[in-house]
Amino acid sequence: MFPRPIESTARTTQVAYKTLLPIALLMWLAPLLAVAVFSVKPDADFTTGNYWGVPSTFEGLTNYGKVFLESDMPRYLLNSVFITVPTVIGAVALSSMTGFALGIYKFRANLWIFFMFVAGNFVPFQILMVPVRDLTLDMGLYNTKTGLVLFHIAFQTGFCTLFMRNFIRALPFPLIEAARVEGVAEWRIFWFVVLPLMKPALAALSVLIFTFIWNDYFWAVVLTQGPESQPVTAGITSFNAQFRAAYHLMSAGSIVAALPPVLMFFLMQRHFIAGLTLGAVK
Amino acid sequence: MSESSLQDVRAVNGGGSWFHRNQIAVTPWLFLAPGVLFFIFYVISPIFQSFNVSLYDWDGLGEAEYIGLQNYQDLYWEFVDRDAFFVSLKNNVIWLFLYLLAIPVGLMIALFLNQNVWGIRLYKSLFFFPFVISQVVVGLVFTWFYDPTFGLLNTIIGWVGLGPINVLGDERFVTYGIIAAGLWPQTAYCMILYLTGLNAVDPEQVEAGRLDGAKGWKMLWHVIIPQLKPATFIAFVVTIIGALRSFDLISIMTQGGPFGSSRVLAFYMFEVALSEYGFRMGYGAAIAVVLFLIMLCFIAYFLWSMWKEEKGAR
Repeated sequence: MFPRPIESTARTTQVAYKTLLPIALLMWLAPLLAVAVFSVKPDADFTTGNYWGVPSTFEGLTNYGKVFLESDMPRYLLNSVFITVPTVIGAVALSSMTGFALGIYKFRANLWIFFMFVAGNFVPFQILMVPVRDLTLDMGLYNTKTGLVLFHIAFQTGFCTLFMRNFIRALPFPLIEAARVEGVAEWRIFWFVVLPLMKPALAALSVLIFTFIWNDYFWAVVLTQGPESQPVTAGITSFNAQFRAAYHLMSAGSIVAALPPVLMFFLMQRHFIAGLTLGAVK
Repeated sequence: MSESSLQDVRAVNGGGSWFHRNQIAVTPWLFLAPGVLFFIFYVISPIFQSFNVSLYDWDGLGEAEYIGLQNYQDLYWEFVDRDAFFVSLKNNVIWLFLYLLAIPVGLMIALFLNQNVWGIRLYKSLFFFPFVISQVVVGLVFTWFYDPTFGLLNTIIGWVGLGPINVLGDERFVTYGIIAAGLWPQTAYCMILYLTGLNAVDPEQVEAGRLDGAKGWKMLWHVIIPQLKPATFIAFVVTIIGALRSFDLISIMTQGGPFGSSRVLAFYMFEVALSEYGFRMGYGAAIAVVLFLIMLCFIAYFLWSMWKEEKGAR
């Protein structure tokens, strides 16, 4: 293990390390903690200049209540859910198929198609912006959740295929050969042999794509406008315009907007990290 | 495998419909079709369309007028908006270089946290946590952090008697301020990559290194970092992509200001094509093409590395 385990060092080093840990963490998360403190402060603290003191009263319930009851926030959150969940399902479904095809079969175009997905996944969004916006307008899907979902599914299929294909490559191939010898149809091999083995990959991809799409801002701004279809990342700017200079409410709103992926991360941590670090170890 | 079932297989493969006989050749294409068509429709063909649009003068609604390379000439001669294009390009370069700091800093934090003390798992999660938050919220959080009247940053430097600095309102600091905000989640990502990598470092090599008298920096440089190569490669890829994609933070924190000094190509393109600057789709597409060509150099390098790997795997 590197660095040398702290247990095997002098007592003073151990104590120093254990005190340094929480201090480092506090410094690392300071900007975020500041916002968390803001979000439970009363309005009055900001007018009297009590920015960094102890909150004069605890107004967490009032502030968060206002976010949910007196703004479009619930609407935006719901939009985000209706955009994120179908995208996750669509992208994972499409890519388990493409990943299967590219991971199992040997044919000449295999690597080229794989590289097409990988390269497409890396392009800057701006090169797609004008045509995709135009396409969405032409299909009558501008400013709809469907328009956003369709694009997201297509784009995320690139990353998901990369992930799935590499995962399937690592599965034991004799299993598939055995099934073939038994005369099992190819689509049944996919459904009954490969798919059950892909469960960890499906879980990891789902949480990753959930986070990516929930946090998307660019496409939300390009393809939607207004509370009827905008997700929360785009909605938060109109929310902030509504509560201009009301820092306690803007802070509470930001925390609400950031929370779902954070919950997802803490609940599914193992899968999340397994997904992000796939390929980091050989 | 018994003789009889092998004959069954031959019966299945030999007889039956055309589909049955060619199953293995046809199946992958059936599985690929929906994904590939969707991807070509929404990702691959728009790239070429953008190249095409960049040759036109088009407001997004009316007739498009073919003007050849005029848009690119305008970019070069800064015809349209002062030196907006070159400022953006310069800022993109600054982003690229400074963003790479996420890699060594992430490694340092990973080394710091790679211990087995009580509660370390929670510490690791909490250090990683900024990566999960949307860039929009990161942008807001740092806007308030930098605020000259009540921001935490100015409160802290006020303690040591330094005057308030308006990071986001000062042309000299603004880009660095936004990059610092972007480095926060990016460093967290690199850290988690390295933590996973460190977990897989071969303990025998470390012991062998210790016996040879290597420790500290020497050990890190000669024994550990070579073993972290796959993690470093991924960290490099995601950091470069992240740097060139920087849009959210700039849009939230400064809208490219003050006086356009924090623009990057990604943001400038959006501004030209879709915001109050008017709908100059062709000009925007030309900027996007430039950004794409910069990215293409990196994409080519990434693909080349992956290709070498694939060759090695066979």
